[in-house]
Amino acid sequence: MLNRRTLLGAISALALVASTGIVAAQDKLYIPMISKGFQHQFWQAVKAGADKAAAEFGVEVTFEGPDTEAQVDKQIDMLSAALAKKPAAIGFAALDSQAAIPLLRQAQAAGIAIIAFDSGVDSDIPAATASTDNLAAAALAADKMAELIGGSGKVALVVHDQTSRTGIDRRDGFVNRVKEAHPGIEIVDIQYGQGDQLQSTEIAKAILTAHPDLKGMFGANEGSAIGVVNAKRETGRSNLVVIGYDSGAAQKAAIADGSMAGAITQNPVGIGYETVKAALAASKGEAVPKNIDTGFFWYDKATMANPEIAAVLYD
Amino acid sequence: MTTSPATNGTMQRLKASGAHQKLLAFASLIALLIFFSVASPNFLQTSNIIAILQATSVNGVLAIAATLVIITGGIDLSVGTLMTFTAVMAGVVLTVLGLPLAFGIAAAIAAGTLSGLISGTLVARMKIPPFIATLGMMLILKGLSLVISGTKPIYFNDTPSFPLISTGSIVGSFFPAVPLPNGVVILFVLALTISWVLNRTTLGRYCFALGSNEEAVRLSGVNADGWKTAIYALAGGICGIAGLLIASRLNSAQPALGLGYELDAIAAVVIGGTSLAGGRGSILGTIIGALIMSVLLNGLRILSVAQEWQTVVTGLIIIAAVYADMLRRRRAG
Repeated sequence: MLNRRTLLGAISALALVASTGIVAAQDKLYIPMISKGFQHQFWQAVKAGADKAAAEFGVEVTFEGPDTEAQVDKQIDMLSAALAKKPAAIGFAALDSQAAIPLLRQAQAAGIAIIAFDSGVDSDIPAATASTDNLAAAALAADKMAELIGGSGKVALVVHDQTSRTGIDRRDGFVNRVKEAHPGIEIVDIQYGQGDQLQSTEIAKAILTAHPDLKGMFGANEGSAIGVVNAKRETGRSNLVVIGYDSGAAQKAAIADGSMAGAITQNPVGIGYETVKAALAASKGEAVPKNIDTGFFWYDKATMANPEIAAVLYD
Repeated sequence: MTTSPATNGTMQRLKASGAHQKLLAFASLIALLIFFSVASPNFLQTSNIIAILQATSVNGVLAIAATLVIITGGIDLSVGTLMTFTAVMAGVVLTVLGLPLAFGIAAAIAAGTLSGLISGTLVARMKIPPFIATLGMMLILKGLSLVISGTKPIYFNDTPSFPLISTGSIVGSFFPAVPLPNGVVILFVLALTISWVLNRTTLGRYCFALGSNEEAVRLSGVNADGWKTAIYALAGGICGIAGLLIASRLNSAQPALGLGYELDAIAAVVIGGTSLAGGRGSILGTIIGALIMSVLLNGLRILSVAQEWQTVVTGLIIIAAVYADMLRRRRAG
């Protein structure tokens, strides 16, 4: 008896929640987006772009991603649930391309177009990839660093990881640009903090202790950049030039109060928007460009409020 | 009329064995299945049901391991990272050392059993509370997985038969209409085996006895510490099987994965009616609990329920299931 009551309760809770999602969903084209994450502000900005495109083109879009970027199997489960819904096309940002290939083949066989976004998928199955050119973006960060420290001196990098595409590209983009164009700059250390703010703080502090004459530091994603700012604050090295990546409330505040010189921002809203747009085109059999560069910007205290920049920054 | 005493007797026995309660958990599962089938035409397809079962396989195996330890009145927080550690060990043996498949399977299960033996020794002989001992093991194993793998995934490209452990389908080769993945078959065979161990062997009897009254077990002259250590070791070996399943499904050992999986496993155990206080529980209940979790998650996804709400609903179901179970027990006296 009690169990029946529990069940009824559970079912009505479900119905309540479900009703928000399934109303009038059946006649629209359906495009699920399976992302690498969900709760980080960056992914929420991608979702906002996808929702914007959904409203504009009259399609239904859902957005899901695992809690951490390690949960490859959970992402695969999300992808297989998305396939069961017989979508028109799928937006997908693979955590591990290899693990997803069997399902992507299945989608391909069923005539479902795949659009890769963010770091993409290492395979020729996706019809297009909408992402930031991270190499070029990090090279711009290197140019800005050279400008701000006067063309010579020691700098260090705190990067989120050495295995993901974005980690590798941002590191190499920065390092290669320094080698090519800024011979006066010496990169003394590159460390990895998993994008975790606390871990990155400790790493940056250790680097600052080891190199008292360090002039600049580049944090290659939001968590790394915040870590570098924290370390600068805690060690009182007010002359250190800090360059960050992405945005978020803490990073924007650091730029506003001058503890960070500036940062590279991707265009997460654009990534979401372009992915849905390309997915829609591909599902109709239209040609889509293989690589969609969603763009990036340098922003600092002076340009932060420009409408063009403010539109792609998130809290 | 003539059948009524027999029916009564059957009901009594069902209640006594806890089967009655499992029946109700099973009814909840069926109700969920019916609800989602009615709500979406895409839910009840063979491919989606198989996807649900496949999504259950890893959590189900981990939950079986967690059930054993929880019945003794303990808790094992290390099941998730132990799974990852055993997957990495299989990767070392198969990809780094290039040994044949059987060695990789043996390495994963042996590594799991050894780790369980250490946890069991910490808990039973050194009297460290299970929560603390296995919390420590959870972190040690997470760290070791990263160290041994060099923080990079280990792929099994040199062992083409490895992915078949989980994703191949022996059932499908006999019945092409039902391509049930091997991983699911392994889950069910393991569940039957451990169920048998719990209900028909000495180890199983001591497992329940330790959970209901450890002091009485000790006073009756039984080697309580030894049996408890053995149960943790068995649970560890089962985590090794989970490690093989997840690595073979992903065709890689992902060293950073595993944290948080222990909570999913514990959730499946409590939804299935196993008491966290120990002394009471069943593998069948745990499997139903694991199925309820994955049916719920898959169904909510099929209905396009926003992800933040999926999490809320899962939490509600856990609380509702445990509360219903508590009320039932209070009524039963």
